[in-house]
Amino acid sequence: MSVASPMPHDAAPLHVTGTARYVDDIPTPKGTLHLAFGLSSIPKGRITSMDLTDVKAADGVVMVLAADDLPFANDVSPSIHDEPLLSDGVINYIGQPIFLVVASSHQAARKAARLGNVHYAEETPILTVEEALAADSRFEEGPRIYAKGDAETAIANAHCLVEDTFEIGGQEHFYLEGQAALALPNEGDMLVHSSTQHPTEIQHKVADALGVPMNAVRVETRRMGGGFGGKESQGNALAVACAVAAKATGKACKMRYDRDDDMIITGKRHAFRISYRAGFDKDGHIQGVLFLHYAMCGWAQDLSLPVADRAMLHSDNAYLLPHARIESHRLKTNTQSATAFRGFGGPQGMVGIERVMDHAAFELGIDPVELRRRNYYEPAHRTEDREPDEEPLNHPDPHEDLTSRGAVETGANPTRPLPSGGNTTPYGMEVSDFVLHEMTDALLKSSDYFARKAAIAKWNAENNVIKKGIAFSPVKFGISFTLTHLNQAGALVHVYQDGSVHLNHGGTEMGQGLFQKVAQVAASRFGIPLEMVKITATDTAKVPNTSATAASSGSDLNGMAVKAACDTIRDRMAIYLAERHQADPTSVIFADGHVEIGKNRYSFAEAAAMVYQGRVSLSATGYYKTPKIEWDRIKGQGRPFYYFAYGAAVTEVAIDTLTGENRILRTDILHDAGASLNPAIDIGQVEGGYVQGAGWLTTEELVWDDRGNLRTHAPSTYKIPACSDRPDIFNVALWNGKNREETIYRSKAVGEPPFMLGISAWLALSNAVGACGDKYPALNAPATAEEVWRGIKFTRGNPDGI
Amino acid sequence: MNITFLLNGETVALKDVDPTATLLDWLRDDCGLTGTKEGCNEGDCGACTVMVTDEDGARALNSCILFLPQLHGKAVRTVEGATGPNGEMHPAQQAMVDFHGSQCGFCTPGFVMSMVASHANGATDHDTQLAGNLCRCTGYAPIVRAAESVEDQPVPVWVRDAPIATEAASPNLPESSDELAAIYERHPSATLIAGATDVGLWVTKQLRELDPVIFLNRCDDLKEILVTDDEVHFGAMVDMNRMSEALTELHPSYAEMIRRYASVQVRHAATIGGNIANGSPIGDNPPALIALGATLHLRKGNTRRSVVLEDFFIDYGKQDRALGEFVEAVSFPRQADRLKCYKLSKRFDQDISAVCGCFNVVVENGTVTQARIAFGGMAGIPKRAGTVEAELVDQPWSQKTIEKAKLAFDKDFTPMTDMRASASYRLDSAKAMLERYFREDHGELTNVLEVSA
Repeated sequence: MSVASPMPHDAAPLHVTGTARYVDDIPTPKGTLHLAFGLSSIPKGRITSMDLTDVKAADGVVMVLAADDLPFANDVSPSIHDEPLLSDGVINYIGQPIFLVVASSHQAARKAARLGNVHYAEETPILTVEEALAADSRFEEGPRIYAKGDAETAIANAHCLVEDTFEIGGQEHFYLEGQAALALPNEGDMLVHSSTQHPTEIQHKVADALGVPMNAVRVETRRMGGGFGGKESQGNALAVACAVAAKATGKACKMRYDRDDDMIITGKRHAFRISYRAGFDKDGHIQGVLFLHYAMCGWAQDLSLPVADRAMLHSDNAYLLPHARIESHRLKTNTQSATAFRGFGGPQGMVGIERVMDHAAFELGIDPVELRRRNYYEPAHRTEDREPDEEPLNHPDPHEDLTSRGAVETGANPTRPLPSGGNTTPYGMEVSDFVLHEMTDALLKSSDYFARKAAIAKWNAENNVIKKGIAFSPVKFGISFTLTHLNQAGALVHVYQDGSVHLNHGGTEMGQGLFQKVAQVAASRFGIPLEMVKITATDTAKVPNTSATAASSGSDLNGMAVKAACDTIRDRMAIYLAERHQADPTSVIFADGHVEIGKNRYSFAEAAAMVYQGRVSLSATGYYKTPKIEWDRIKGQGRPFYYFAYGAAVTEVAIDTLTGENRILRTDILHDAGASLNPAIDIGQVEGGYVQGAGWLTTEELVWDDRGNLRTHAPSTYKIPACSDRPDIFNVALWNGKNREETIYRSKAVGEPPFMLGISAWLALSNAVGACGDKYPALNAPATAEEVWRGIKFTRGNPDGI
Repeated sequence: MNITFLLNGETVALKDVDPTATLLDWLRDDCGLTGTKEGCNEGDCGACTVMVTDEDGARALNSCILFLPQLHGKAVRTVEGATGPNGEMHPAQQAMVDFHGSQCGFCTPGFVMSMVASHANGATDHDTQLAGNLCRCTGYAPIVRAAESVEDQPVPVWVRDAPIATEAASPNLPESSDELAAIYERHPSATLIAGATDVGLWVTKQLRELDPVIFLNRCDDLKEILVTDDEVHFGAMVDMNRMSEALTELHPSYAEMIRRYASVQVRHAATIGGNIANGSPIGDNPPALIALGATLHLRKGNTRRSVVLEDFFIDYGKQDRALGEFVEAVSFPRQADRLKCYKLSKRFDQDISAVCGCFNVVVENGTVTQARIAFGGMAGIPKRAGTVEAELVDQPWSQKTIEKAKLAFDKDFTPMTDMRASASYRLDSAKAMLERYFREDHGELTNVLEVSA
């Protein structure tokens, strides 16, 4: 059976030979036009005049469009229509698109786009937490608050108090393939190739911009060169621009951002400021915690509300918080509109509680792993699963962006704190699948944690300049879209008369190996070799109304939808063949490329031909919706997640106490992918996720100047991990368990959870810095060399010099 | 300009090429060879890596900042040509499949070509060979496993390229420093292009039209490295990898600093002359060379002159170079090695220095007899720490002297705050580097790169 086997990525032979085709590689019709945006040069204000004469006169320019030239919706927002494709006169950040150049070549368009003569009435931008709070510049009417028990009283009565405020930086996605789209007009309809995680969103936005129904727009996505959340909504602008220009010119139109433009225009991970106050007893049991989240959302709402919600929902991470209160402010600032990024707010929330645990362990002098274990949720035990309440009927507006995570949810009553007690999260969800006790034991053993901790203490006693640190951190990550209705998926499967299978589903391939995993499911359902399954580009004409490939849900949702489609066909085949052989349909076996009915054995191809001749349909759709989930984001109560995925990591680092330079020496990871659909692909997600997470918290620093100009807009200044930044010793293993919930072959989602294993690297740096002095280091993130240097000074209580 | 080169083994003759057309754009737009990817368009991500073979052998280069005239007479191999004539995969390609080295696949052709080139050269220092290729998906571990797995496999015959004999293509592509001197004197406003690792970005990012341009890459006499008993002499067109190789024995810390300077691809193109002549305050060679007491050799027409290197840098963006004058060579005296180069950056590999401190302190019988200390990133130009040097010379080589000398940094430097580092961190790190030099000199472990778990 192909499920569970460690097969290479289906497109790997194409990747390595340069034949895998990305949007910019698709051959285009003669006369294809190329697009570029003219960008604003001020962070906030209004356009007072715009003279585009030089732009229009530039070599190769065919057309220049401004907001007034757009025939229908000037809107590329995935949520509340606050993001015009081209500025309507208001400027919200440096880099906002204000006009669109259509030219004969990519270079001609880029050159012309810099020739706009635009005058502005500039206003003072809002760039910091303080400025946003002072101006009450925010999304939503006020902070969201989720609460359980009475945190204030619990903290007041606690033995030990830890409190601090610290910064968590944002993160540039740095997908290697920049944003790109290609629109091909056809008899009044539009075919759009888009590098997107969300083809339906593209379809919807393009339809609105062209003033046509969704059935007049087809979106196709074969693959992306990386997404990481950065292509959930940020591709809208390019696709809409191409479609509008294609309609206006009658020519194919293509747009791709140059790297600097990509980094200047598009959104990134939300930076957070987190304040915490937490009380512990003398044995390190947390009594209560207060969190204050300030999420830096940028200028447009985009997906910021669910991102900030998810940060709140991961403020417990692996720990049973008897009393907790999480207050979240979503601040509107004059910078790029922050967007989805692997973990979707979860990482920021998790860093918050891990910081609390680290701080408390330091103050109480308890081993940080031990303190964490004392606060874990209760181990998994069967609890009665509650059935969700009857879903209330509502009447959504069909023109709204219903498939976006930014879609508006129907309102509910204000928050009331949940009762304390039980093995429940601060949002009232019973944790019934907690496996971290066993995983932690196994990882501490395999990583030899305690012996190495002792060896590091010895090293630190003997070395003045180079200090070492080690840290453990766990991950518990909730799996499902928190916007409940998105947890559905469709698939389309054809079996041809020669037995070959054509497979399509709503998920998109961005490198995570989704297509291969889903093809393995299909091959397993039919009992055929994987080579007989053709994986085809995601296409809104084949499977409609899809959700974004996001929230780690790709395999869970689409795997089940494909299984349903395959099983429908398989059942039809079994019924027909059983009838022909006077057998019971349930006795028909599909295995080893053959179909067996009693003593009769046919190749799958022969069986398919027979079924076809018997006039039975060999094509089926499949559909799946996640059971058991219900969530009220306003109340902060319910079961937003079908299940949790777990992981744990131990990281060892070394720091240079003179300059703060630092690096990772060794990392050991144990990660829970359930019964893995493909262990090779899953280990790839874990290794890659860890390095990306560690990069976020170490070298990846976004710097804006005091005008809101992003100063780190290219790989020359924004430093993602390079080859030698991976740990010298890098041991990754999968936890061999089955999902307690009935997911596809009992596997677990693996896209986002391992990202947060990188938190252990940040904590290890804190541990090493802590070895330099007496005070808790209080590192911010990212812990660049400079931040480590600052931490060393701080812990030594000597801010004037090391 | 008419040029000829080999592309995947086939001769290509191009007439009237746009001198600042990049190889990447030509491959993708004109040839339809879309396997080579554009990731950043500035030579920092390696997605566009190709292999170029010339008299010096096979090298990985970034095609996004490689202008077509730079290829005259050379052999180019793209990812499409890494695969054999019958579709057989190069061992590196097969290993990348087998070891799960690709996820999204977009960086993969670039990694493959870096591996094809390093494999052809028998290089096994994979972290260094692959430092110029960024991957956002895999975390690199499976890619390095793939590279390791093919170390002992033979180089496929189809990737063994050789340069081709060519005629002089154009006066703008001079064949010697004499020809260069002549044409540059006639066109003193021309832009000189050595490796194009900086000028390339003027075209791809600033979208500047450069006309006329003069390419230096065929001036073989500028590529000489001469090591005598008295002097070490580098022609201006010595690339950074050859430079590093030549320095490995003489000044190993300098060579190690160059290992971290940009990436293999960029170092193959970048030249010592270019790194000095562009006058950048954060170029890594000038502080090292100043600490070694280097002299710069300039030429205009048939007139030659030499200047002490630190005097070449007058102010930010201003150098002591006349119109029509070019850097011919740089030299420094042979000396016992006391040089340490400390490159401080956010990322160890392939990052521009926040501070680059180079220390050359001679101690005899416990007393400092000579000190040459220079920094990049601390001022608008590469600059000597004159006051610090004065605090050291004739003093005992002791912690007390170091502490006193540290105070002098404030007199020598007023660094700035930017996206790479704050002013106070720069200043404090500069002091810390002196401390490091002293401790390292006394045998203490100070290099975080030398530590393992």
